[in-house]
Amino acid sequence: MAEGENSKGRREFINGGLRGAMLMGFGALTGLLLDRGQAEDTVWQIDPDLCTQCGNCATYCVLEQSAVKCVHAYVMCGYCDLCTSYFEPQPNALNTGAENQLCPTGAIRRTFVEDPYYQYTIDESLCIGCAKCVKGCTTFGNGSMFLQVRHDRCLNCNECSIAKVCPSRAFRRVPASQPYLLKVKPHAG
Amino acid sequence: MRFVPVVAFLLLLPLLPGSALASERFPPPDFETGYKQPQTITPHARWPVLEYLDVFVLAGALGLSAYLVMKKRSRRGIAALSIFSLAYFGFYRQGCVCAIGSIQNVALGLMGSGYHVPFSVVAFFLLPLLFALFFGRTFCAAVCPHGAIQDVVLLRPLRVPGWLEHTLGLLAYIYLGAAVVFAATGSAFILCEYDPFIALFRLTGSFEMVTLGVCFLVIALFVGRPYCRFLCPYGVLLGLLSRVSKYRVTIYPDKCIKCRLCEDSCPYGAIREPTPEPVAVGRAAGRKTLLLFMALLPVLIAIFSWMGVGIGPSLARSNATVRVAERVWREDTGKASGTTKASSAFRYTGQPPQKLYKEALQIGRRFRTAGGLFGAWVGLVIGLKLIALSVKRRRFEYEADRAACVACGRCYPYCPEEHVRLKALAEIMAKEAVT
Ligand code: SF4
Ligand code: SF4
Ligand code: SF4
Repeated sequence: MAEGENSKGRREFINGGLRGAMLMGFGALTGLLLDRGQAEDTVWQIDPDLCTQCGNCATYCVLEQSAVKCVHAYVMCGYCDLCTSYFEPQPNALNTGAENQLCPTGAIRRTFVEDPYYQYTIDESLCIGCAKCVKGCTTFGNGSMFLQVRHDRCLNCNECSIAKVCPSRAFRRVPASQPYLLKVKPHAG
Repeated sequence: MRFVPVVAFLLLLPLLPGSALASERFPPPDFETGYKQPQTITPHARWPVLEYLDVFVLAGALGLSAYLVMKKRSRRGIAALSIFSLAYFGFYRQGCVCAIGSIQNVALGLMGSGYHVPFSVVAFFLLPLLFALFFGRTFCAAVCPHGAIQDVVLLRPLRVPGWLEHTLGLLAYIYLGAAVVFAATGSAFILCEYDPFIALFRLTGSFEMVTLGVCFLVIALFVGRPYCRFLCPYGVLLGLLSRVSKYRVTIYPDKCIKCRLCEDSCPYGAIREPTPEPVAVGRAAGRKTLLLFMALLPVLIAIFSWMGVGIGPSLARSNATVRVAERVWREDTGKASGTTKASSAFRYTGQPPQKLYKEALQIGRRFRTAGGLFGAWVGLVIGLKLIALSVKRRRFEYEADRAACVACGRCYPYCPEEHVRLKALAEIMAKEAVT
């Protein structure tokens, strides 16, 4: 048994040394990690200028209902009567009839402001982030509608499942204190 | 009349430059009725303090787990805590933030790519390792939701033969290496992508992921903790640190009487029996194989790292930038016709391809290095495994293997000494209650 005790003591001594080394390693690692890079946590966001409205946002989010929603920058909106994000390409009539609407869930509300202007509001509880309206607005309109990750819904996955499949590489990590990449009024011309 | 601008625009469309970036086609109106324009709303994330709560719960659970495993030696307590962890970290926090995945954040953060590792992720990475350094795998025992979900479904553990256990166990090391490569090159977080249980925790997910999770659980009915033993990359780190831990799980409270009662009690194949007295002849032969394997180690490392450099370019295709660059290049050189969603999205940005190529080449180079290192790691792991298998360390009692034991406490009640201890404890308690 003495042999066993002996080698036990030796092992514990070596282990102790290794433990000490590991502890120092942990210390160094912590220091390095906390020191590196921008000192702020990040969240996922879509760069609306890169998004090509592929439709993946609606289906690839880990949430049942995507955390990505259409967002409206009213300052950029032309308040058009024939809104190309509200209406089907060849609408029967310019009214709120469901058959005329582009949005598959009817999430855009059209309200009369004054002749000939209409306001379009997005009901985020209905929006599925399919980007159909965004496409309409970007290709034919002012591009005032765009997709954004809504942070009241987003789980901030370690790696966003949509980012992985986004063909436009439009997703990126942004500082948590400025979690949106909103479109602003483009310069005239 | 109102159609005029649209029609005019449609006619003009072909004349506009290709990129359709936002442009003001219809000037915003000047309202006359005092209409107030709504603001674009930007809802914030709920409760950023929750992050600290998670760390707090983690630290508490780790401490409690160490106490239950080492001091209280209570299987029931460990089981109860693991159900709590499963509920909290698994179903409530939906498996995110998680120690296993944190490996990737740390790898990416260390690469100095400007990625900042959040405080809670650093804590989730380091705290369990720190505990492993002192108490062994108490994290696996009752804190990790992945471990817990497999632990609770365990029905009839089958014995995995030693050679299979050792071989499959290598997978975890390889998986760890791969995860670090993909994360450090900023390409993918494969641990999150292929996590078998996350879809179950979230109660939603793609069909494949749910199926994968269910498969793992079905296997876990008969093979204790398959993910932990054969795949978990974090378990690799915990196991390595547990080898030198200050305190260790012992099956017996203070001495082993070699009654063999615990022999088959571990569902995870972590119990090692005492070694028979070594035979002189066997020893000499053993020494020879050991020397052989030691000589083989550098050869293995060299071969595998050479192979690693070779597979570097194909690994690089996991990176989105590399993929687009390749596609754009093939289109531009006439090697491919048509466009893909990704290549047309790139053209939509109007950036010159040269910049993209440069970026992709840089990533490609990083992958060559990373591939070589990954290969070296695989060679090292295989070589060391061979060496470890041929080193015969003497054991004088029944032991829980330091690296393999997940400290679930199932073997405790099998030890008759444990019952002696509990009885003595009960007597003391009774006496104290009287006085
Ligand atoms: S996946 Fe990318 S390109 Fe597709 S809609 Fe979402 S942000 Fe836009
Ligand atoms: S981070 Fe997760 S929850 Fe958020 S948008 Fe991406 S996939 Fe959806
Ligand atoms: S081995 Fe991995 S999955 Fe299993 S309990 Fe430990 S950390 Fe969790």
